[in-house]
Amino acid sequence: MATPAPIARRVRGLSDRAIAWAFIAPAITLLLAINIFPLLWAIYLSFTNYRANRPNAVVEGVGLRNYERVLTDPDIWQAMQTTAHFVFWTIVLQTVIGFALAYLIDRKFRGHAFWTTVILIPMMLSPAVVGNFWRFLYEPQIGLFAYAASMVTGIPTSEIRMLGDVTLAPWAIIIVDTWMWTPYVMLICLAGLRSIPDYIYEAAEVDRASGWRQFWSITVPMALPFIMLAVLFRGIENFKMFDMVTLLTGGGPGSVTEVASITLKRTAFESWATGRASAFAIILFVAVFGLANIYVKALNKVKQR
Amino acid sequence: MQMKLKALLGLASALALSSALPNAAKAEQLTLCWAAWDPANALVELSKDFTAKTKIDMKFEFVPWTSYADRFLNELNSQGKLCDLIIGDSQWIGGAAENGHYVKLNEFFDKEGIKMDDFVPATVVGYSEWPKNTPNYWALPAMGDVVGWTYRKDWFEKPELQKEFKEKYGWDLGPPKTYDQLKQIAEFFQKREVDGKTVYGASIYTERGSEGITMGVTNVLYDWGFQYENPKKPYEMEGFVNSPDAVKGLEFYKALYDCCTPPGSSNVYMVESADAFKSGQVAMQMNFAFTWPGLYKDEKVGGDRIGFFPNPAEKAHFAQLGGQGISVVSYSEKRDAALQYIKWFAQPDVQAKWWELGGYSCLKAVVNAPGFASSQPYAQAFLDSMAIVKDFWAEPSYASLLQDMQKRVHNYVVAGNGTAQEALDGLVKDWTEVFEEDGKI
Repeated sequence: MATPAPIARRVRGLSDRAIAWAFIAPAITLLLAINIFPLLWAIYLSFTNYRANRPNAVVEGVGLRNYERVLTDPDIWQAMQTTAHFVFWTIVLQTVIGFALAYLIDRKFRGHAFWTTVILIPMMLSPAVVGNFWRFLYEPQIGLFAYAASMVTGIPTSEIRMLGDVTLAPWAIIIVDTWMWTPYVMLICLAGLRSIPDYIYEAAEVDRASGWRQFWSITVPMALPFIMLAVLFRGIENFKMFDMVTLLTGGGPGSVTEVASITLKRTAFESWATGRASAFAIILFVAVFGLANIYVKALNKVKQR
Repeated sequence: MQMKLKALLGLASALALSSALPNAAKAEQLTLCWAAWDPANALVELSKDFTAKTKIDMKFEFVPWTSYADRFLNELNSQGKLCDLIIGDSQWIGGAAENGHYVKLNEFFDKEGIKMDDFVPATVVGYSEWPKNTPNYWALPAMGDVVGWTYRKDWFEKPELQKEFKEKYGWDLGPPKTYDQLKQIAEFFQKREVDGKTVYGASIYTERGSEGITMGVTNVLYDWGFQYENPKKPYEMEGFVNSPDAVKGLEFYKALYDCCTPPGSSNVYMVESADAFKSGQVAMQMNFAFTWPGLYKDEKVGGDRIGFFPNPAEKAHFAQLGGQGISVVSYSEKRDAALQYIKWFAQPDVQAKWWELGGYSCLKAVVNAPGFASSQPYAQAFLDSMAIVKDFWAEPSYASLLQDMQKRVHNYVVAGNGTAQEALDGLVKDWTEVFEEDGKI
């Protein structure tokens, strides 16, 4: 609703535009202070040799050297590969399982509201709680996961070292993230499924389309924008994954679960190579921003179909 | 309108006054920053005497070990005023001194008659001096600590186990003198049924995220002959860090990890190691000495059931130094009061009480006092360990150096990637880059 003219007039000397600015100024100031300024500052630092643990040292410009070092550092490329593996598999699993769960819940069977709530519980928990909780579950001697896996595979529990084994550790994190965030994907998919009007299915029934045909020709295409939205949100979130990995493996064994955000944190706050860390952060930002933009354009095209 | 404005101003003034008055009446308050652990609780208790004597209130900012370095190094780097006094880790001393975070204490020590000769020499070098081995003091040795071992004395004393062990290895089961002996004991207990429960050989440090595996593996590396640099040419590391002896040491640590640790020991540090011991899982446990008083008091594994021994020897005999010195933060606005605390803390009677309460005093008058070695069951092992300490780099870039070692060693020992030689060659390369960047080489 527009501001009625008499109100504006009552505030002496202030035009409608000035009042509008007065209202949005605090938000813009905050945005500038905590988002835009740090971003610009990080861009500046990325071209310097600044180290935050040496406040009295002379700061010198180093041109593109920080970017060159980041892009030619094999450890960083290793971390990027680890991140890509993690993002890819979590998205695949969460999308498939999330959509399947949404499809089941959408059937509206008896007690579906109760089961919806139960399924949503993991995403309501704090990542710190989930991380610690799963550490115990994965514990080879007392963990329920190891016990269950041992029952199924026949391998002794002491040999099921989910967090200490080079092959299993990345999957251990993927399992936890999938357990925690599949409900979120399910929720978005459920919204998509419930937005499909019933009359479309009724028309398909009249045309004697099979259930399989209805699923591929109506359900999937119409829910696709929602699925893509869920993939976008989870992709961005998982690209930044930090807390769960830190709690579960600390990036180990060796560096097999060291995702990009952990490398970035170590560069910035353990090595204190602030300039190089800023360059790495800018590269990550540009990568995520660029990929997200391309994806959003694809999403809009799907929506317009 | 003017009336309203006056009323508002009056109200604001009253509020400002009401909040300022109690502050004026309050006594001075110092904030001491440290890690959240048992000795910190002892220090709270001890500091009550300081408050009673000086009327200066003590406030404590204790942070768990996992975020201790992150939290306080950020605080120092941002020149924050939160901490008036800080008990900072030994490796911080170089950076804190060079970057002006700590107050240099030489003049103060001279004025107050505090002599560094009165403290255990290794703790002075480790916690107070920068550059090392020069009389430039930035901290007062506060909490001596060192890596050592605890063992299940009750298991070791079981006649049937002693007999079996002697038959198998040809020597009496007891605290090991060498690492080879330690491994034999660990192998002997690994997956053995003791009191109806499956137990394991030893718990050793393997933590990846902060400093764990480095604080563990260095104990072994030092004993095999690893050196940080050429003693005659600083920062020359080739052939010292990755010497054939150092490679053998690293291979030993991996062999110990592979053969004799409980399942799931891929990320073990102080808490996890103590937990493994307390839950009766392991026959021996590597840990810092600060954990010993708590373990000795433990109902299930303490008392007569626990024994203590220093790091075993091999070609050489060293132990990884832990512990910290207490410093005055140069950004504090209460420097005089903070110095007053240090003066009080340095007194022999305060240091004696510090030891009684569970802190590890570094004052010679306390640790060399007759009866000290028998004052606690772990006192002799502590003394023996403190006599053989060696520390990690304390350079301003210690965090980068530590991070490199964490990565290389964990990658070999726990992840099983590559060889020990490759791990140490890689470490020389990483450390060389750090020192080149610092302009040291």
